Amino acid sequence: MADLAIDPRMELNPPLVQGGMTYSDVTDKISSIVEGKAPKRWYIGMAVAVPLALLLFACLGYLVATGIGVWGNNSPVGWGWDITNFVWWIGIGHAGTLISAILFLFRQKWRTSINRAAEAMTLFAVACAAIYPLFHTGRPWRAAYWLFPLPNEYLHMWQNFRSPLMWDVFAVSTYGTVSALFWFVGLIPDLATLRDRATTPLRKKIYGLLSLGWRGSATQWRHYELAYLLLAGLSTPLVLSVHSIVSFDFATSLLPGWHTTIFPPYFVAGAVFSGFAMVVTLMTLARWIYGLENLITMKHLENMCKVMLATGMIVGFAYGTEFFIAWYSANQYERFIFLNRAFGPYWWAYWSMIACNVVAPQFFWFQRFRTSIPAMFILSIFINIGMWFERFVIIATSLHRDFLPSSWGYFRPTWVDIGTYVGTIGLFLTLFLLFLRFLPAIAISEVKGVLHQQVSAGQAAPVHGGSH
Amino acid sequence: MNELIQLNLSNLTGRKYWRSLNQLADTPEFRQWVEREFPEGASELLDSGSRRTLLKLMAAGFGLAGLTACRRPVEKILPLSKGVEGYVHGRPLHYATAVQACGAATGLIVECNDGRPTKVEGNPRHPFSLGATNAFQQAMILDLYDPDRARQVQKQGVKSGWAQFESWWLEAASKLGDGAGLRILSPRTASPSLDALKAEIAKKYPNSVWVEYDAVNFDRVVEGARLAFGQPLMPQYRFDQADVVVALDCDFLGLDTMTAQPVKQFAARRRPEEGRELNRLYAVEPNFTVTGAMADHRLRARASDIAAVALALARELNVSGAELKVLDGAGGRQKKFLAAVAKDLLAHKGRSLVLAGPRQPAEVHALVALINQALGNLGQTVSYTRPPFAPADSLAAVRQLAGDLAAGRVTVLFALGGNPVYSLPADHNWAELFRKTAAVALAFDENETWKAALWQLPEAHPFEAWGDVRALDGTASIQQPQIQPLFGGRSALEIAALIAGRPQRRGYDIVRSYWTSQWGADAEKKWQQALYEGVIEGTRFPAVEVKADAARVLAAIQPALKAAPAGIETVFYPSWHTFDGRFANNAWMQETPDPMTKLVWDNAALLSPATARRLGVQDGDVLELSAGGRQIHCPAMVLPGHADDSISLQLGFGRAACGRVGRGVGHRVEGLRAEANFWFGPAEVRRTGAKYKLVTTQEHHTLIEPITGLKRNNIVEEFTVEEYRRRAEHGKHEPHPPTDLFPEFDYSKGYQWGMAIDLNACIGCNACMVACTAENNIPVVGKEQVGKGREMHWIRLDRYFSGEEDDPQAVMQPMACVQCEKAPCESVCPVAATAHSPEGINEMAYNRCVGTRYCLNNCPYKVRRFNFLNWNKDVPEIRKMVFNPDVTVRMRGVMEKCNYCVQRIEEKRSQAKAEGRRPIRDGEVLTACQQVCPADAIVFGNINDPESRVAKLKRQARDYAVLEELNTKPRTTYLARLRNPNPELV
Repeated sequence: MADLAIDPRMELNPPLVQGGMTYSDVTDKISSIVEGKAPKRWYIGMAVAVPLALLLFACLGYLVATGIGVWGNNSPVGWGWDITNFVWWIGIGHAGTLISAILFLFRQKWRTSINRAAEAMTLFAVACAAIYPLFHTGRPWRAAYWLFPLPNEYLHMWQNFRSPLMWDVFAVSTYGTVSALFWFVGLIPDLATLRDRATTPLRKKIYGLLSLGWRGSATQWRHYELAYLLLAGLSTPLVLSVHSIVSFDFATSLLPGWHTTIFPPYFVAGAVFSGFAMVVTLMTLARWIYGLENLITMKHLENMCKVMLATGMIVGFAYGTEFFIAWYSANQYERFIFLNRAFGPYWWAYWSMIACNVVAPQFFWFQRFRTSIPAMFILSIFINIGMWFERFVIIATSLHRDFLPSSWGYFRPTWVDIGTYVGTIGLFLTLFLLFLRFLPAIAISEVKGVLHQQVSAGQAAPVHGGSH
Repeated sequence: MNELIQLNLSNLTGRKYWRSLNQLADTPEFRQWVEREFPEGASELLDSGSRRTLLKLMAAGFGLAGLTACRRPVEKILPLSKGVEGYVHGRPLHYATAVQACGAATGLIVECNDGRPTKVEGNPRHPFSLGATNAFQQAMILDLYDPDRARQVQKQGVKSGWAQFESWWLEAASKLGDGAGLRILSPRTASPSLDALKAEIAKKYPNSVWVEYDAVNFDRVVEGARLAFGQPLMPQYRFDQADVVVALDCDFLGLDTMTAQPVKQFAARRRPEEGRELNRLYAVEPNFTVTGAMADHRLRARASDIAAVALALARELNVSGAELKVLDGAGGRQKKFLAAVAKDLLAHKGRSLVLAGPRQPAEVHALVALINQALGNLGQTVSYTRPPFAPADSLAAVRQLAGDLAAGRVTVLFALGGNPVYSLPADHNWAELFRKTAAVALAFDENETWKAALWQLPEAHPFEAWGDVRALDGTASIQQPQIQPLFGGRSALEIAALIAGRPQRRGYDIVRSYWTSQWGADAEKKWQQALYEGVIEGTRFPAVEVKADAARVLAAIQPALKAAPAGIETVFYPSWHTFDGRFANNAWMQETPDPMTKLVWDNAALLSPATARRLGVQDGDVLELSAGGRQIHCPAMVLPGHADDSISLQLGFGRAACGRVGRGVGHRVEGLRAEANFWFGPAEVRRTGAKYKLVTTQEHHTLIEPITGLKRNNIVEEFTVEEYRRRAEHGKHEPHPPTDLFPEFDYSKGYQWGMAIDLNACIGCNACMVACTAENNIPVVGKEQVGKGREMHWIRLDRYFSGEEDDPQAVMQPMACVQCEKAPCESVCPVAATAHSPEGINEMAYNRCVGTRYCLNNCPYKVRRFNFLNWNKDVPEIRKMVFNPDVTVRMRGVMEKCNYCVQRIEEKRSQAKAEGRRPIRDGEVLTACQQVCPADAIVFGNINDPESRVAKLKRQARDYAVLEELNTKPRTTYLARLRNPNPELV
């Protein structure tokens, strides 16, 4: 390492894997997480996450048994924390695909050690998000299948394809499906590695089944690489489309504060922003739990901080643009709704959002903050909170005072609102911890691919593909 | 089963609804019945089962099973529109009847579905209904099915029966002698049959006393006429003949008349389309009432200052040569106002009208009569007839009664209806006085009077009992029952017959025999006609020729002026929720907001912003009000436009003995209301420091935005008459044809429904809200849920203030789904549960709705209502009888909203089809809100027909769409509010 450190190119572009790890080190290190005993820290994590996940199910059960009235939703605020949480989770789910697909297509090698976990995070975030569109309906037992274009004898009718909620159903389910496929295809070689290393028949059987008969032959690699590339190509437009369509839920309505053309890019940027914040939160934790400092290096984390800085600036710019357009359009309602956001009854939510989303990422201008684990952990939490507030501000402040002053109201969450939200975080963490425990959290084959770069002192031409 | 279902209210705590009658009937008999597995008699079958016994039981069982269905009265009643012969199952029948409040009757037509009354409408033939009703009359139907009604004859809370009571009375009556110990207390009634019985009782018991008392009454109006004309008379107004109306503390459009007539007449003069000049209304009042909201000019004045205002006005008018010594403490504005009013009145001699409210002392009424006489209005816009009820000073009568009770001079006291223990003046502890004698309470529910009585008798609902009632002008109607008494109650008329010792005790016989004796030979035909029409011809009182004695009136007014002290005073008003407490257990009324304050499920001490600032009081601060050594607590509420140094209190809240809906709702203010300050009087105010949560359906938002200070000017359009004249010359303003993304619907064939709502006629009386609730099975959600913004009213009344906070103007806007042609809700529903009908109605398919609430979010009018919880979960069985069978009861999780009463359209469509496939005529389909509206502010019809009333209204220059620039193209448009200001006061 010492001689590498003096190479000036190395200083500018430090290796993606550190600690002089060899191919077998990589395999051993990552597989040992799955094969060995879980550390105490993992159990601590589960002890927090599982009760919260159970709280989610309790709240959902109570909700379905009693009605939406157990939440704080009302007229005029028909959507409250439910859709806020939906958009927040969907946004978080964005980083995974972005890292896997777009960075893959752009040959950004640094993605390799974080993409697997980021993809898993995407899936779990989408799962958490998908709870809300279903359970926020008054009759989820109907919504569960009436929202899909299934032939039915009951009413002989189709969905309303003019409705953005309908588009949402397709967008989110497509995104969920493609993300799951992408994630699973990426897992196949590593599952085969685990199968080959398995010591118990059960493990052998399960990982054998999941690895779909992977033998690692050159033909298989050729097909695999092509399939991965195609899926990456397929996922890339989805990164942009899902959140654009989610934003249509608002943008195509006529409500001031919702009815705005800036929403698709603004939402996508916000989604990437929040997604990366969540990746940083989780990666710093995973690194701490399993000691993955050599695989998830400071370079990875710093890059993610830079992405957060960039997308945070885009989001901040969007906030400013909204205000400018509200003034410039001379639309009375538009002007009122934005001033009301900042200075009305929900001023506290608005300024929390500004503080978390616009002010907090500014620290990432400084390398000291970009390379400090505690700083980036805290700032990423702030951004997570800020992005939640962004959605809440958009939904609640626009709804609570719209056209007719006679109907103006206010939204207050109930304990069930809070329980459902905290519960989804519990479910998310539970799923993520289970993933860490039972699946290779870092793409073994892909990391080996970038290890080659390190061996040749970082000057090899970027080549994708794994060593076997 | 029926016997088992005896609800004992004292066992219940809190507002808990029972799920079924069985659960409710937790009597020992019921438990035993459950335990026995088989009902009485069934086990006998098992023991000595002979075939003969079995057959006998079966036959009896079938016979009894048939009997249980017998709810239709056995007496012959004739429907207004159809004979019973033509009865078609599933088709409603309509019967004419009439109900009375405060001695004034209104004719009604009640819709009965399969023998159960479900909906009340006004009787177009009745002079005080003219086809409309007020909100209370709409809500009466709910009272009928109130599970908390009194159900059982009791003696001191112990179950008894009518037979036991009757034998007790016969024994008590035998000791009464000349009746010196007999007192009868009843609400004020105007009933010819009852009058006949009263005469019989007076003959049988010459020393008995019959006292009539109502918490809200017209005593002072009648006494004022006595002072002016020397005889007790009732003024009859003709608002449709008056170009200028001056209302002195008189909410004649609101709660100061219990009938639709004044509103009908007044609103007829607010429609420029009809070619008549708009009238001009001046209101002088302490509280901001709906009359004040309709006024073109309004002057705030304390109730005790009204006498001075009236006198100042009289002086301006040079009413008499008598020297007037006016205590003129009035400021410049008041002087200017009165001078302008006087000038306006003088310019409209014989076509003007001055009137005072029932709160004002008799002297003011006399002075007002004098003013009308001077203006030549007598016989033109106001005439006098004898009152329909026996005139008496009821306060003096109850004072005498209290004295007699305290002195032990009363052996038997009948309280025939009402709730006197709750509502009598606070000078005496009436519950204690009632316990001093053998009190017999005939009560509709187990109220305060019921609790204080020895004998407790359940009273029949007006829809369950025969009777006859007179309207304010004397017009008599037969009160025809719609259903047999559900809980075996009897009417006051029947109890009076018992007291009189008549052999005939049934209401039908009493009423029938009275009118037969009146009519003589032609009785049968006239009886049928009276039932059919709902009014009895030739019963209206003729106008009396009167001449006021100016000197006497002016002499009398001077002491009334001196009595007005400075400082804070309290004024008592009937409540928009409970009236005087009688509707306290009516959830529809409790949840229908007060038109001005928008308060629900509560009353409040209303005070002006300036007074609130001076006292350091905010909304919800609990005040302690004291007067005459009595104290009450009531939360404060600031009402813009209220008179300074005056506090308005609403009667009828804080009922201690009441059903589960009304018990403990609000604060009882009757505790402050003694004889001396029966309507108003000075009081001390103190802040207690406690807070109380008041819930309103609408904040005191004006159309001015709180942050930008801009006015939202496309919601309510308002013009002065002059501005409108200029605008009308240019014709209707047509918006630019905007570009549409979606194709137009094709309405070239058939109907296209639409509605026009006249803001210049709407007084905001809530009748449409309650009618809609009754028609469309709209659930009640309670105070807490309204506080969360989850009220379910399909039509609401938006009230907007404009102008300065201390003295604003107000405008009411009924707002239901406006049925947008380009409906924002339709395009966003993912399951197409809300869709356009071929006739333009935006329809809701409840069973398709999954409840995403996106439509609610995207509705700019926020008229969609979501079933956040299962509001119909704990509806008692009996309460379900009120449901309209033509309208679905919605489950939780679905959205609902106004659909132009599509069930009524379909009913008329099938009728038209049956009558030879003719088209539906204009005016044939009336929506529930339109039918009930006393101001005729709502017009509905086919806009494809250019000759329909609604199409004509939509062509008016003052027709506009709310939030027009959103391009939703609403089918409900509004006719702008017009104001007719006096140029001298602008």
